[in-house]
Amino acid sequence: MSKRVGLEASHAAAEAAKMANVDVIAAYPITPQTHIPERLAEMVADGELNAAYIPVESEHSAMSTCLGAAAVGARTFTATAGPGLEYMHNVLYVASAMRLPVVMTVANRALSAPLSIWGDHSDAMSVRDTGWIQVFCQNSQEAFDMTLCAFRFGEDPTILLPVMVHFDGFHLTHVTEPVILPEQEEVDRFLPNFHYPFALDPDKPMTHGAFAPPDIYSEAKVAQEMAIRKSKAVVMQAFKEFGDIFGRYYHPVEPYKTQGAKTLLLTMGSFSETAKTVIDTKKDRGESVGLINLRLWRPFPFDELRQAVKGAETLIIFDRCISFGGPGGPVSSEIRSALYSERERPKVASLVGGLGGRDMSAKDFEYVIDRGREVAEKGSEELYETVGIRDKVSGIRG
Amino acid sequence: METQSIKFGKNLVTTEEFLAEGHTFCTGCGEALALRLACKALGRNVIIANATGCTEVCTSPLPVTSWRVPWIHTLFENTAATASGIEAGLKVLMQKGKMPEKDIKCVAVAGDGGTTDIGIQALSGALERNHDFLYLCFDNEAYMNTGIQRSSATPYGASTTTAPAGKLSIGQTTWKKNLPEIAVAHNIPYVATASPGYPFDLMNKVKKGADVKGPAYVHIFSPCPTGWRHATDLAIEIGRLAVETGIFHLYEVEHSRYKLNVDRPKLKPVEEYLKTQGRFRHLVDEEIARIQEHVDEEYAKLKAKVACFAA
Amino acid sequence: MTEKRLKTGSDFTWRNLEVGNVITETGNAALRRTGDWRTQRPVTDVEKCNKCGLCWLHCPDAAIKPLKDGYYESDLFYCKGCGICAKVCPKGAITMIEEQEE
Repeated sequence: MSKRVGLEASHAAAEAAKMANVDVIAAYPITPQTHIPERLAEMVADGELNAAYIPVESEHSAMSTCLGAAAVGARTFTATAGPGLEYMHNVLYVASAMRLPVVMTVANRALSAPLSIWGDHSDAMSVRDTGWIQVFCQNSQEAFDMTLCAFRFGEDPTILLPVMVHFDGFHLTHVTEPVILPEQEEVDRFLPNFHYPFALDPDKPMTHGAFAPPDIYSEAKVAQEMAIRKSKAVVMQAFKEFGDIFGRYYHPVEPYKTQGAKTLLLTMGSFSETAKTVIDTKKDRGESVGLINLRLWRPFPFDELRQAVKGAETLIIFDRCISFGGPGGPVSSEIRSALYSERERPKVASLVGGLGGRDMSAKDFEYVIDRGREVAEKGSEELYETVGIRDKVSGIRG
Repeated sequence: METQSIKFGKNLVTTEEFLAEGHTFCTGCGEALALRLACKALGRNVIIANATGCTEVCTSPLPVTSWRVPWIHTLFENTAATASGIEAGLKVLMQKGKMPEKDIKCVAVAGDGGTTDIGIQALSGALERNHDFLYLCFDNEAYMNTGIQRSSATPYGASTTTAPAGKLSIGQTTWKKNLPEIAVAHNIPYVATASPGYPFDLMNKVKKGADVKGPAYVHIFSPCPTGWRHATDLAIEIGRLAVETGIFHLYEVEHSRYKLNVDRPKLKPVEEYLKTQGRFRHLVDEEIARIQEHVDEEYAKLKAKVACFAA
Repeated sequence: MTEKRLKTGSDFTWRNLEVGNVITETGNAALRRTGDWRTQRPVTDVEKCNKCGLCWLHCPDAAIKPLKDGYYESDLFYCKGCGICAKVCPKGAITMIEEQEE
């Protein structure tokens, strides 16, 4: 019998790793991810989960240890946040290029300096190009569901890529929400055993990680790109299978009441849920608005995104990260780029806020939509605008 | 395939080459020989995690490999961490019945760069966590593969490209970092030093380290004709001279009990060792005397430890 | 029958590279003729050789092969001409001679 419990996203992710019967966990604690390795350590100590729990001495080693374990065919799991993700940056590229399906949950946290333990998307945005499959979660249920799905995506024998599951630091990791935990039998049906076809084995010796001279490196990279592009179909297939078994269907791009809406707001992560309440409020007032929750970040869902914004006049993109000296919000710059080739496309406005744990209330999202509409129509002095930043001493918003 | 052995006194050495011929190590490379011998001591039931460095580059240019055993290279700084994952992965997969029980030893291979500098954190972590693996450090005393840049294992007075001898400098101005003693400080079951100048001792120690249950560390002196600037036929001679002059100590530490493998009543003067290599050519008598004093001190320290914590 | 030769990157397209660039052909470096490197070559005086095997043991390139009769032979396909064998031979049975232009 599946059961409904109250769980933080952290604990939900830990539960998913447990139900996936992971073999090796190598993790380093960092706020606000700590509840994940703590819960897993507890599970292993109590015999609830039969896995090797390796308390590595850094995030760099966490990912390296996961690589080694995956290379012998173990199902591996780790978790990190913010600066921890940065510390393993070098190794992330190696995991994807070597096609080792590690699953990692990231408790999205701001990057230093100044040091901030609180949430934003700067850590996620700094790893866009690492070649990992990446999804975002809105709540604890999704943290559980996406973590399970991650094993399914990455371990698919036609894919073999590592997967990141992003959920907001503190807003999700430390907030208890209702989560439906499935039966183990259902999970076993969804998730086959992991079989790594190139497992390091003295009976079948192979060489992994050879260096590539210039005459072959490019081909290696193109092969990798083709693999992550192919993974989109596997993600879709896995989402369908997940829905068929567990009753919750997920999509790369999730429109919310966008039918006929003139103005669309695009958000990622937990703020999507806050923003949805604003869509409801505004619709009650007769405004033509809708929201797009972007779930699949890599491989980027070009077709679905273009389809979702068809017919809209304005698309407002809300980022939780600044790309310094660049086009402002990373998500908005990618979406602008994705829409560039479309003959018909909405006007795009980019707003950035929610940095370093700065909360975004429903009122703030009303501002985002109103100001975004203005910017799209009349333009702005800035390439992108920030939300809730104190500019003058009088504390005027904007 | 029939495997044969060649007998050297009481030592039996397999004729099987786990490191294929045709690798691109320099002519006369001491590390290549040490590696070849270590592989013979290890046999085929190993998985090797290798750092970036001479060994990695000379044995694995895609699509060619010298390896006849399972082998993985990921990065420069994380060999011990990768090895930790291999070891833990194998253990748990066998325990869970997801793979058949097999005798497989995880061996980490790295140079002095990947061990004493950029790799020291991962090594320390792996040793502390008590993984059942063997760590082999092939010490050619600089970042040789990238062109002879200094490491913390570069000896005092040696000239390297990033600590070159010049008008204002004698080259390396710090004393060689003592990695074997750092390994000993982690209280692991087995620490040893080896040199290709003593091939049977080297192979025995590698085998001993592999047979240990728990972490083992073997530090292998690896003469480098290219970086140390000596003739291509001198690697073995220099490998012996280093021990005979006290520059490099040949010893084992088993569960903190010390044993000196080669002890001379009187060490040869260090000058005999230093003059064989171009990297020391610039040293004046004063500096050589300083080195002699340091060598005598370090040897005395080691002898004291041997006496105090005798095996 | 096609003669085996050392593989190079140019032999591959992105489509036929193995997944993750794994090399499944163990020890294919053995096709590399490192003998082209040398400027001097070892010559053994069998009369002086006592079959001790130390030359074989000390070759960094495994370029000395044991023969059935207990003697040893340099494998000139691989031998880089370092001279270590000549140096370690206790009987002085190995001499290094300059390679001639062929």
